[in-house]
Amino acid sequence: MKKVLTANRLTDGIAVWLGANGQWLENIETALIARHQEAVDALEEAGKSAFNDNLVVDVEVIDVDEVDGDIYPIRLRERIRAAGPTIRTDLGKQAEFKPATAA
Amino acid sequence: MYRYDEFDHDFVRQRVSQYRDQVERRMSGEIDETAFKPLRLMNGVYLQLHAYMLRVAIPYGTLNSRQMRRLARIARDYDKGYGHFTTRQNIQYNWPKLSDTPAILEELAEVEMHAIQTSGNCIRNVSADHFAGAAADEVADPRPYAEILRQWSSNHPEYSFLPRKFKIAVTGAERDRAAIQVHDIGLHLKRNEEGALGFAVWVGGGQGRTPVIAKKIRDFLPEADLLSYTTAIMRVYNLYGRRDNKYKARIKILVNETGEEEFTRQVEAEWQKLKETELKLPQDDLAAIAAYFAPPKLQDRAEGWGLIAAAKKADPGFAAWVHQNVTPHRHPDYGVVTISLKPIGGIPGDADDTQMETVADLAEKFGHDEIRVSHEQNLVLPHVALADLEHVYKALLAVGLATANAGLVSDIIACPGLDYCALANARSIPVAQEISERFASLERQREIGELKIKISGCINACGHHHVGHIGILGVEKKGAELYQITLGGSGDENTSIGQIIGRGFEPEKVTDAVETIVETYLGLRENADETFLEAYRRIGPAPFKEALYGETSKAA
Repeated sequence: MKKVLTANRLTDGIAVWLGANGQWLENIETALIARHQEAVDALEEAGKSAFNDNLVVDVEVIDVDEVDGDIYPIRLRERIRAAGPTIRTDLGKQAEFKPATAA
Repeated sequence: MYRYDEFDHDFVRQRVSQYRDQVERRMSGEIDETAFKPLRLMNGVYLQLHAYMLRVAIPYGTLNSRQMRRLARIARDYDKGYGHFTTRQNIQYNWPKLSDTPAILEELAEVEMHAIQTSGNCIRNVSADHFAGAAADEVADPRPYAEILRQWSSNHPEYSFLPRKFKIAVTGAERDRAAIQVHDIGLHLKRNEEGALGFAVWVGGGQGRTPVIAKKIRDFLPEADLLSYTTAIMRVYNLYGRRDNKYKARIKILVNETGEEEFTRQVEAEWQKLKETELKLPQDDLAAIAAYFAPPKLQDRAEGWGLIAAAKKADPGFAAWVHQNVTPHRHPDYGVVTISLKPIGGIPGDADDTQMETVADLAEKFGHDEIRVSHEQNLVLPHVALADLEHVYKALLAVGLATANAGLVSDIIACPGLDYCALANARSIPVAQEISERFASLERQREIGELKIKISGCINACGHHHVGHIGILGVEKKGAELYQITLGGSGDENTSIGQIIGRGFEPEKVTDAVETIVETYLGLRENADETFLEAYRRIGPAPFKEALYGETSKAA
């Protein structure tokens, strides 16, 4: 089991992931991975709390894998959120952080 | 075109100010997401995969150069330098910050635009023939009636909480360019035997998960009765439309469950109570609105015929563009120019700020300051003198907008799909790009002739796949994208819903499948004049099935 917590930031809607330091990060690479049920529960609680604190919206725990040390979301939808539009690689995270990994 | 009066200006300004306050209260935490979400949606602000999305209304797809320049400025200053023109003749921005949206709406209000009713269970942007007021085959301009419907339905308390969203389209020619038969209400403006104007009224069409062709419930409704009759339809829907299941809440379901005859009876009964009320449109009011849409004074420019003939001879690219993208105007010295937003390998419907500004400049200089957005995700300059076509072409060429493919196989409608949309199950744009690249040769495209490919990334059908001659629907199957192909759909005066041809195709096999379908058609057509759709209607799905799957194939 490997899961991370994702959401969109309230103020600008940008996709973010919860980091180990409790901060919402713009890059999935530094997201905190929950590897057992208790950790997943903690992520869910952290998500509810951040939602209630009006920091983020559309909070969701998603399945990921680790490939060569990189976090790789299982669903294409989440890979596209993590990278940016596959048809505009000059936009989104892929343009800011690293080459596209979505598709 | 219509200009805001003081009431309109005040109304939109007040709405922006109200929204600004709502956003501030949301940012401060005074209101939570549950309370805020419906408020932002009422102002066209969605949340998508990467960011918020703002959908701006372009009433019946008509705008002027000042408005287009403002759309370009918003793209540049508040977004990432581009916008996406939609199948509802609107524009969407993909990256606005929530905190910037009140300022964007203020910018829009300054040029008489807004984002009201571009979302939610209300009457959405009324769409119309994008060649309105210009087409040679038009009976009358449908836009005054679309404007009357817009004013009547804007912020109408009775229609703010409908069972589901509601879409109206109006066309003013026998050739239906507004796809009225796949709308909740479709209005076909025409003249009766006495020469009076009125409408054939179609109700209960739609796409989405349950595609239905509308039923014609009245062959001729006098124009003065437009609002009373529409109100009668809305009241029957508002009263009896299902609210227990959002997938069964559109009026098409009500019409089907009630039965066409009984539904019509209910509407007519309701109308009897309304037809002689204040909803009857006085001739003076009709004339006042129509005056806003008075055709531009077009001077004779007969020199254009000679100029254009010489230019076509000198430049085959120009000749091809005129042939494909310029449609006859009611004035013989003029043409209707379709500006394709489908460059080979490009993103259907996208335009950057420079391109939008170029179109604005051209409209101002050569096009009587009018621009249209088509539901096929192209732009239109409706009134260009033939004598000016070469200038227009060269300016478009310089910014990558002179693709000569209007109505051809690479003029593909595609929704944003999984590259942007939170509802999508599969990507649409890359599929469109690959097909467009495969059929890049203009010579080959012209040999194939008229062929409309439409692609949706989910069952909601924003890419109109049900009415594509070749429709492609992206689904998610076992975690991967899969594309289902339908054939024989059409969104015109002879509307048909495409039939699923068989099991779906993996992403890397879709273009091959489309090519197989096209080659099968080319091999079976009676002559070069028989279009894909005509050939499909004549020969049916069997040869295409066989070509795609072999003789023993079965539909998935």
